[in-house]
Amino acid sequence: MANEQSNSANPNVDLKYRRKKNAEEMKHQVITFVLMIFFTLLSFAAVGIEGFSHWFIKPVILLLAVIQVIFQLYYFMHMKHKGHGTIALFLFSGLAVGLITVLVFTTIVWL
Amino acid sequence: MSTYANKKGFGATIWDYLTTVDHKKIAILYLISGGLFFVIGGLEAMFIRIQLAIPNNDFVSAGFYNEILTMHGTTMIFLAAMPLVFAVMNAVVPLQIGARDVAFPFLNSLGFWLFFFGGVFLNLSWFLGGAPDAGWTSYASLSLHSAGHGIDFYVLGLQLSGFGTLMAGINFLVTIINMRTPGMTYMRMPLFTWSTFVVSALILFAFPPLTVGLVLMMFDRMFGANFFDVAAGGNTIIWEHLFWIFGHPEVYILILPAFGIFSEIFATFSRKRLFGYSSMVFATVLIGFLGFMVWAHHMFTTGLGPIANAIFAVATMAIAVPTGIKIFNWIFTMWGGSVKFTVPMLYAVAFIPTFTMGGVTGIMLASAPADYQYHDSYFVVAHFHYVIVGGVVLGLLAGINFYWPKMFGTMLSEKLGQITFWTFLIGFHLTFFIQHFLGLMGMPRRVFTFLDNQGFNAGNMISTVGAFLMAFGVLVMVINIIITSVKNEKVGNDPWGDGRTLEWAIASPPPFYNFKQLPLVRGLDPYWVEKMEGKKEMTPAEPLGDIHMPNSSILPVTIALGLFVAAFGALYHMDDKSWTLPIIIVGLLITFGSMLIRSVKDDHGFHIHKEELMDDKDKGGKA
Repeated sequence: MANEQSNSANPNVDLKYRRKKNAEEMKHQVITFVLMIFFTLLSFAAVGIEGFSHWFIKPVILLLAVIQVIFQLYYFMHMKHKGHGTIALFLFSGLAVGLITVLVFTTIVWL
Repeated sequence: MSTYANKKGFGATIWDYLTTVDHKKIAILYLISGGLFFVIGGLEAMFIRIQLAIPNNDFVSAGFYNEILTMHGTTMIFLAAMPLVFAVMNAVVPLQIGARDVAFPFLNSLGFWLFFFGGVFLNLSWFLGGAPDAGWTSYASLSLHSAGHGIDFYVLGLQLSGFGTLMAGINFLVTIINMRTPGMTYMRMPLFTWSTFVVSALILFAFPPLTVGLVLMMFDRMFGANFFDVAAGGNTIIWEHLFWIFGHPEVYILILPAFGIFSEIFATFSRKRLFGYSSMVFATVLIGFLGFMVWAHHMFTTGLGPIANAIFAVATMAIAVPTGIKIFNWIFTMWGGSVKFTVPMLYAVAFIPTFTMGGVTGIMLASAPADYQYHDSYFVVAHFHYVIVGGVVLGLLAGINFYWPKMFGTMLSEKLGQITFWTFLIGFHLTFFIQHFLGLMGMPRRVFTFLDNQGFNAGNMISTVGAFLMAFGVLVMVINIIITSVKNEKVGNDPWGDGRTLEWAIASPPPFYNFKQLPLVRGLDPYWVEKMEGKKEMTPAEPLGDIHMPNSSILPVTIALGLFVAAFGALYHMDDKSWTLPIIIVGLLITFGSMLIRSVKDDHGFHIHKEELMDDKDKGGKA
């Protein structure tokens, strides 16, 4: 539309501020990346090292997986940035609907 | 592109509607086809009532009764109520948020044509060896054993129109999130827009389970799979769950827009701000949310066990809370207002007690132990007709009366409208109130006849008389529409005189670009805000400039037509006929060919230039 004015993508505005922001972003991404690799190693270790029971390994791996998904969404797919509220709302309500369905199917359909 | 004012011939008008991507014209298409299917579904209802007027009637055979009953439910829900809801949404929502069109005009048109061809496909079953006959819920244990192609028509037809509905839902979500005019915050959106928003989210989450269910059903019936076949290790209950995970949100998909329409009407004709706006928004969202956690209350007698039944019973009863909030807010809106009883307002006032009765029987049905008594009796039939006819249909009739001037620029006759209202309302209560008692006395639903001397005779006769009154009311409405269209007396912006929201600030019907300049919204009920400050029109939010518009396209029709053709091939493929495979291939070639053209051909739309817009006397000062 002819009347819309958009300058948010202009790279010359607030160059210094953007640099600082990007550096910070990069730091976050590196930290989460390292953590994710670490979690993956932990999961492999939990299965590889003998002596842990299934009742310990399964929840721990699932927990680590959930954390990794959150890292992925919020740090690598930028959901922590502003303006993602609606996306988050729909993502989580879709997740809720799906999980309730799975829960019901596993509890009362296939007894 | 300045030829839009020219008079057109009949053929050109047809072509214009086939290729249109304008939300206002698509609204009219939805209205016409929805109205047509409403009449078809209504005729089926009349046949049901004629058959049940007297005991041991032989007006129709048992098998044919099953088909009529199935098609009545399926047609009314998927092919009448849904498109009529979409008609009002398309006509009103972009105007209410101050947008020039929906976010994806092409997709909007495609959604309509998919729905239309799906509906036609489903109804062609009447002429091609019999309609579906397993009820609109089409429970797998019954439908897998249905002879003939009826159920296949159901599966493929609903799949097609379901695609269309899903597209329309996504389209409205994007439109409402992204295309609100400056100043139109979420908490300033009119309630009809809010309900459209919530409903679109429900469509987004509810239709995929139906799609999955239909795909599994298709595999079972057409390719010999065994998802639902217990004898072969399947589980027939899965269909019931999938269907109701879709089916329960579906009834909220229908009722919430009606709530939205009534909210607009109450505020307009009480000439007062809607009471408790934010609680209304909250209640709408909460109903949408809870709508996904209650589906198993349709299956209390399936044997889910007491714990599951209890959970779903409590969740169901919880829905009465937000609904109650709404009922009280509507009453408080009228309280102290300067109420004007126009036809839409009559519908709105009548809706409150009618819908409340449907809600109360809903709570009765929600208590699982009692449901074992009501289950599969006419009590259930009475309940859901009270909420669907007393809620959705009254809402749609009110909405059509209310928005008719905005869609067509003419006012429907108040006098004929009142005749329709009274005959329809009295006929409705006559038809369905007595059915509560027929149900409690033990009359089972979905049975094509009943015996004499069981005490059912008088009740059924009263019910049939009421049905004829309703049909008479609808007939008067059709006459009303014809007379109004022939007279063609044009009205101005705000024919009701008390319009509150943005749609009443522009001409009726609006120009094809809607707003010359996007309006600036300065509060809830923006047009009312301006009026109260003595202004005649909205303040523009932007200088007058070129307007970018999408081009018309025939491709949505061909994409939908291709799937329609392929569906016939798929339907008869299991009969081992040699011609089915070529038909499938031709159909899919049409569809994918059209999609390829759409992808490869650049279509940047066109601009209406500033100079053309300045031709008017008002020099572009009008929003």
